Amino acid sequence: MATPLSPASPAPAPAAPAPLLDVRDLHVEFRTRDGVARAVNGVDYSVAAGETLAVLGESGSGKSVTAQAIMGILEAPPGRVTRGEILFQGRDLLKLTEEERRKVRGAGLAMIFQDALSALNPVLSVGDQLGEMFVVHRGMSRKDARARAVELMDRVRIPAARERAGQYPHQFSGGMRQRIMIAMAMALEPALIIADEPTTALDVTVQAQVMDLLAELKGELDMGLILITHDLGVVADVADTIAVMYAGRIVEKAPVHELYRAPAHPYTRGLLASIPRLDHKGRDLYAIKGLPPSLLRVPPGCAFHPRCPMARDVCRTEVPPLARVTYEGFAGERRSACHFWKECLRG
Amino acid sequence: MAEPILEVRGLVKHYPLTRGIVLKKQVGAVKAVDGVDFDLGRGETLGIVGESGCGKSTVAKLLVNLERPTAGVIRFKGEDVTKLSGRALRAVRRNIQMVFQDPYTSLNPRMTVGDIVGEPYEIHPEVAPKGSRRKKVQELLDVVGLNPEYVNRYPHQFSGGQRQRIGIARGLALRPEVIVADEPVSALDVSVQAQVVNLLERLQSEFDLSYVFIAHDLSIVRHISDRVGVMYLGRIVETGTEEEIYEHPTHPYTQALLSAVPVPDPAARERRERILLSGDVPSPANPPSGCRFRTRCWKARERCALEVPALAVPAEFRLMSGPVAHDSACHFAEERHVVP
Repeated sequence: MATPLSPASPAPAPAAPAPLLDVRDLHVEFRTRDGVARAVNGVDYSVAAGETLAVLGESGSGKSVTAQAIMGILEAPPGRVTRGEILFQGRDLLKLTEEERRKVRGAGLAMIFQDALSALNPVLSVGDQLGEMFVVHRGMSRKDARARAVELMDRVRIPAARERAGQYPHQFSGGMRQRIMIAMAMALEPALIIADEPTTALDVTVQAQVMDLLAELKGELDMGLILITHDLGVVADVADTIAVMYAGRIVEKAPVHELYRAPAHPYTRGLLASIPRLDHKGRDLYAIKGLPPSLLRVPPGCAFHPRCPMARDVCRTEVPPLARVTYEGFAGERRSACHFWKECLRG
Repeated sequence: MAEPILEVRGLVKHYPLTRGIVLKKQVGAVKAVDGVDFDLGRGETLGIVGESGCGKSTVAKLLVNLERPTAGVIRFKGEDVTKLSGRALRAVRRNIQMVFQDPYTSLNPRMTVGDIVGEPYEIHPEVAPKGSRRKKVQELLDVVGLNPEYVNRYPHQFSGGQRQRIGIARGLALRPEVIVADEPVSALDVSVQAQVVNLLERLQSEFDLSYVFIAHDLSIVRHISDRVGVMYLGRIVETGTEEEIYEHPTHPYTQALLSAVPVPDPAARERRERILLSGDVPSPANPPSGCRFRTRCWKARERCALEVPALAVPAEFRLMSGPVAHDSACHFAEERHVVP
């Protein structure tokens, strides 16, 4: 039944031509009353057509801010991109004018938000909101646009689409609203979709429906997908590649099978170990000690060192680079920002 | 099971739907909880799982007497607490305390931590005489793993996980015997969830507590619970030990729910069989006749629309022993392995 969620081939993708999206050394700051919060501190990642990249992180890790910077919807001020490049189909989005970016948004890049109810306009019917995409970007007449809107609603399997196109967002259930968000993101057949916690607000049975739909449409259109989430289960289900973020940096990046099999960063290892498993029944769960750091005061050296069981002196002073991870039986692209990734890999 | 500390029988909570402003007329009712039975043993953890709108939070409110049931009884150590009022009610409330889901809105931002944790003593002064309160509060903070010197701080100075510890300290203040925890970790970050789950387990053995643990995260419920009840649209559809429910589910809804949970293991992608339910949960104001799950069930037949299935060991398993023989409210119960 869940065929669209076909597994990623464990072999690394062959040296892809130019990736669809290439984020390089991105830095984002927020000016706050209490000082400058460094939300993103040099993030690099890329996505190819047809690839699903999961960006995993807890609140405050910078995963959503990175996405907002890519989409060009960062609230600025207080937010500001201070360094880096965002290459989309070879063009640096940060160098475009607002008008040019608007054209990329929707037609090239689209985003699905967590909270569909606040992302949709409450006073416009769903059909009008979907149709607007075609009127604005494609110059269609209202009538043709409405017909396309109904088609889209059909495609994301909203029952009785023709009748329901005249209804307003509050008249739909949470799962149906998220389908409308997906329809809206898909409308202009963008090359890349960013989904920010698309199923976090949904119940598990509805979450499964929505993730299946997303995977299926992504396959049909051969799009790239960036899935932002904190849920290790969802990631294992759909991702090809994972980027784990902590305190505004990527700490580990790996093909999904490799990462779950043998994490190369102590933070990833801690996250995986804290999932309740059968053989832990009746015993304490593994818990990463302490709390994620405040972005106003990111610890020096490796930001994870105050919570890390492996930390040594060098971790307190030197920021570990996102180094290439290689080992026997694996020749793909894998990276870890830990001085001691070799030890970590050994477990 | 040990002697039950809490017995719930035929619990019903209907919220009236009215029409008209001056001449209010009841036009129906939201049947949030519609006939729930369970026992909670001393020192036991009963997990209640279900999706939003299934009535699990309403059950929590009824248990701690924040809401009065429309019908049914809740017996605490043999005494029906739904009929009590005044002093007798207060005495029972002391023994059944609650931990809330959202550590951001369940703590008053204008009160210090000391005042929040110590407030239960204002209502139950017999537990701690005035002079000893500050010391008691500091002890409680220490018990939940917070620095006792933080008594004068305000909630905004704490992280989500620390706030949940404050909420737990408040729940413990009156030395209750039962704690009802409604989604106590779902608002927390993954790395902090495990810390709070461990704390709850440690407190349980330290203070001999019985827990009703309500959550939608099935893996955490499995970890912490001795027994589990699965709710759907105001009723418990299946109940049994943690092993019976997770390894040998016989109700189709439980099977669908378990199969939908994402498994944090990419290798399970190929192995797992996913049951995708169609449609949404029907409105509790107008639940389907007979079995409430029948509108989304792939096994539904005519009988399901006519007869409400009772929560009992299904006839086909009645003569068997072993984990498959547990309560399941389905006319066509069948075992199916869904957890890879």
